[in-house]
Amino acid sequence: MSNAVRETGAFFPRDREWHPKALTPGYKTSVARSPQKAPISFGNSLSEITGPTFGHGLLGPLDDDLILNFAREGESAIGERIIVHGRLLDERAKPVRGALLEFWQANAGGRYRHKKDAYLAPLDPNFGGCGRTITDEDGYYAFRTIKPGPYPWPNGVNDWRPSHIHFSVFGDGFAQRLITQMYFEGDPHIPLCPIVNTIPDKTAIDLLTARLDMNATIPMDTRAYKFDIVLRGRRQTHFENRPEGM
Amino acid sequence: MMQELGYLKESASQTAGPYVHIGCMPSYVGLDGVYPENLGRTMLGEGVKGQQITIEGQVVDGTGTPLKDAMVEIWQADAAGLYNSPSERRGQADPAFSGWGRQATDADSGLFTFETIKPGAVPWTDGRMQAPHISFWIVARGINLGLNTRLYFEDEAEANDADPLLARIEHRNRVKTLIAKKTDAGYRFDIHLQGPDETVFFDL
Repeated sequence: MSNAVRETGAFFPRDREWHPKALTPGYKTSVARSPQKAPISFGNSLSEITGPTFGHGLLGPLDDDLILNFAREGESAIGERIIVHGRLLDERAKPVRGALLEFWQANAGGRYRHKKDAYLAPLDPNFGGCGRTITDEDGYYAFRTIKPGPYPWPNGVNDWRPSHIHFSVFGDGFAQRLITQMYFEGDPHIPLCPIVNTIPDKTAIDLLTARLDMNATIPMDTRAYKFDIVLRGRRQTHFENRPEGM
Repeated sequence: MMQELGYLKESASQTAGPYVHIGCMPSYVGLDGVYPENLGRTMLGEGVKGQQITIEGQVVDGTGTPLKDAMVEIWQADAAGLYNSPSERRGQADPAFSGWGRQATDADSGLFTFETIKPGAVPWTDGRMQAPHISFWIVARGINLGLNTRLYFEDEAEANDADPLLARIEHRNRVKTLIAKKTDAGYRFDIHLQGPDETVFFDL
C-alpha cells in the first residue's frame, strides 16, 4: 500500500438521473420494493466519509480464479475461459487502491449455485461462481472465470438476462458502496433486458458493457474482457473551513 | 468551445439480484470451501470495548411482506465514537471492533440479526455531536440502487432531539421510522421500503 495520506473530502453527489430510479415497473419486483417518498439529502459527515477496508491478507490463493476455486483436484470449470480485468477509478479518474471487489455469476449454462435457482440447466460440479480480489496501487484488478450463460427469469413471459457478472465494490467511504452488473460486448439480450433498461441513459449502459480485449488474451488459453469501474469522486479540501479532526 | 471538466461518471448501479449471497455470503447458501468465513459476519473481536447489543429487524415491502432475499450492511463507530477506517484522523479505533457488518435477511423468517456494540457519538460537519447511530445499506432483488438509512436508539432521546440530521427531516412524524425500539435482546429496527410507515432513506 502507498504511504500517501488518504483524502477525506466529501463525495461528489450521486447523479440520481444517471442511476436507475427506484421505481422501474418493467422490472416488476421494483414496484413493491421502491420507496415512494423523496430521500433526504445531506452533506457527508464522518459516518459517510469513512468505510471499511480489507487487507490483502483476506485473500486466498484462488479467490480470483473461478475456474479453479471450486473445482476438484485436477479438474476445472466448463465454459469459455476468460479473464476480466480493468481499473477501479473515481470520478476524478484517480485510482481507487486497495479496494475489495467481490463478483458472482451463473455457470456457462446460466445456472446459479443457489438453492433458489431452479433453472433446468445443470450445475457444473467444478464451478462455484464467487470470487474476490483487491485493487493494486494503480487501481487494477483481474480475475479468471468462465463466461456466464444467459438465463430465463420470471418477469415477463419470456425474459432472459444477458450474460452478466455481478460486482460488489467497496471504495474508501461507506457512501461509495456500489453493486452493479457487467455485460458483454455484442450481446443481443442487452437492449431487451428490463433490468438493464432500468438505467435511463444508453451511455451509462454502454459503460457497464465490457469490451473484448484481444491484447490481454493469453493465446491458445484464455480470452479477455476489459471492464473499468468508476466510484464517486471526492472533493479536495483546499480552502474549506472544517473543524479540527474532520 | 470551453474546456472540458473531465470528470468520469460513476458506474450505474444495478440490482444485487436474488443470488447476492453467492458472491457476498456464500456459506449462507451452502457454497462452502471457497472462503473460510462469510465476510462481515463477525464484528466483535476478543476484548471488544463497549456495551454489546443485538439488533434484529425485517425489511418489509409495500405489501407488508418481509424480504427474504435482502442483504443488509451496517457501518458504525466504536464505543468511543471512532471509526475503524483509514479516513479516521481523530485517533485509533478499538482494534477489536471492525465497525462493519453484513447479514442476510433470513430465507424463512426474513429477520436480520447483528451482534455489535452500541456506538459512541460522532461529530457532524460543523462540530456539533450527532446522536449515536448506525448507518445501514440495503440491497436486494427489486432494489436498483442500494438504500441508505440510519438506525438511532430509543433510549437516547435527548441526543436524538439534538441530532443535526434528524433535525432536518421536515415531516416530524417520519423521524420515528429511524428510531430502533428497545427489546429484551437489544434493539428492534424494521425497515419499510414503501407505504405509510416508509422508512426515511438518505441521498448522502
